[in-house]
Amino acid sequence: METKKTSLYQLHQDYNAKFVEFAGYQMPIQYSGGIVEEHKFTRNHSGIFDVSHMGQLFIYGGDELIKDLEKIFPLDLKNLRLNHSKYSFLMDKDAGIQDDLIITKINEGFLIILNAACKDNDFKILKELLKEKYKMVLDENRSLIAIQGPKSSQILNDVIDGVKDLNFMSGNWFLFDNQKVYITRSGYTGEDGFEISISNNFVSKLTRELIDKGSKLVGLGARDTLRLEAGLCLYGNDLDKEKTPVEANLKWAISKERISKGDFIGSDIIIKQLNNGVTKIRVGIKPEGRVIAREKTKIFNQSDAHIGEITSGTFGPSVNGPVAMGYVENEFSKKNTKVFLEVRGKKHAASICSLPFYKKSYVKGSNE
Amino acid sequence: MSEVKYSKEHEWIRLEGDIATIGITQHATELLGDIVFAELPEKGSKLEKDGTAGVVESTKAASDVYTPVGGEVVETNPSIVDNPSIINQDPENIAWFFKLRIKDKSEMDSLMSKDEYDKFAKETTT
Repeated sequence: METKKTSLYQLHQDYNAKFVEFAGYQMPIQYSGGIVEEHKFTRNHSGIFDVSHMGQLFIYGGDELIKDLEKIFPLDLKNLRLNHSKYSFLMDKDAGIQDDLIITKINEGFLIILNAACKDNDFKILKELLKEKYKMVLDENRSLIAIQGPKSSQILNDVIDGVKDLNFMSGNWFLFDNQKVYITRSGYTGEDGFEISISNNFVSKLTRELIDKGSKLVGLGARDTLRLEAGLCLYGNDLDKEKTPVEANLKWAISKERISKGDFIGSDIIIKQLNNGVTKIRVGIKPEGRVIAREKTKIFNQSDAHIGEITSGTFGPSVNGPVAMGYVENEFSKKNTKVFLEVRGKKHAASICSLPFYKKSYVKGSNE
Repeated sequence: MSEVKYSKEHEWIRLEGDIATIGITQHATELLGDIVFAELPEKGSKLEKDGTAGVVESTKAASDVYTPVGGEVVETNPSIVDNPSIINQDPENIAWFFKLRIKDKSEMDSLMSKDEYDKFAKETTT
């Protein structure tokens, strides 16, 4: 199968991107500045990310759709206000995570942002679960860009007036060049920022204007170091079908009201795990030295027993040291527990730590 | 100034007497991206030609560093361990990796000259 290109491909080339294939797309891993510089620029200023490979699924419907979606997602969707977003997951009947996603209530129904590698399968699953009762569009005509970092609000507001009044995890329709764009105040870097859904024909123009105002293109390489420092999961590494939201330490994203009813896919397992605990759980891991422990690195306890594995590990430019997360047996998941990571045949000391590695408060918006 | 030779694994080597100074090339650092970790051989350890001598890691991945000639490690450069970013800044000078007392100068013969290496690097990456 030929790899796809996003509508910003030419722009990426103009800015000397190095490309990698990711989920069937040619995506920029970095530009001429390099990952560390792009990472720091995002933390201190403003970075633009092309995330057009992700799925934008529009599902149209009213109250019946809300009821049907509540059978699928562990969310209190009937109380989700217009233009508000929630983080959630698509689970199988054993509560295994098939994808993690952001769902937003829009006027005509819902907009769900899906991972690129999962989107076609998610579409199939949801279509079956919803018994083809609703119009569903996995929109290939729209691009998605994120602008992240402390200067992003001002930069984007200079181009699209009014966005700085959005609250975190909420959105609205705005106009750019007389085109309707849907903007949410959200992101995946641990910084304040926005995600912008815009027609493929206008995304280059918008991106160039944002660059003119002082933002810079940032590749998938820095997106990975930023999200890992922020303690956020990457599907395929930290989340997959073998893991449940409780094991992934994401129970905060499950509605308490929905757990009490227990009528969504996977709820039996979720309730059982919430009551009885889990055998493995996702934790933050901080290596003591400078050695980077990457995914699949084995984790040992102080008696040299194998207790888990790293699922994401890299060098954190803002932390200025290695950072990782992974799954360990529950009894070794307490903060400050000493563990050992086997890298190139040698065991290196590390400790379990709380997430995120890098903390910055999300701006709530000027209304609050 | 003694002649610098280059290996297909993107190391440079400068021989002065029987002491060889070894590092990775500018071209290698461009392929690797931002280097954030370096591991060096133990002082006193004996390395075989083309054997593993260390590791460098970028934000993206880990790569082995090989030694283009065999010998005993007489000195290593602690500054690249403490501050790996200097490898990107000045890979063929300040950011040398280790020095070997080489045992067989003829092992240098198969290595490339600067011109040969530049041509090799260009051909293998395009």
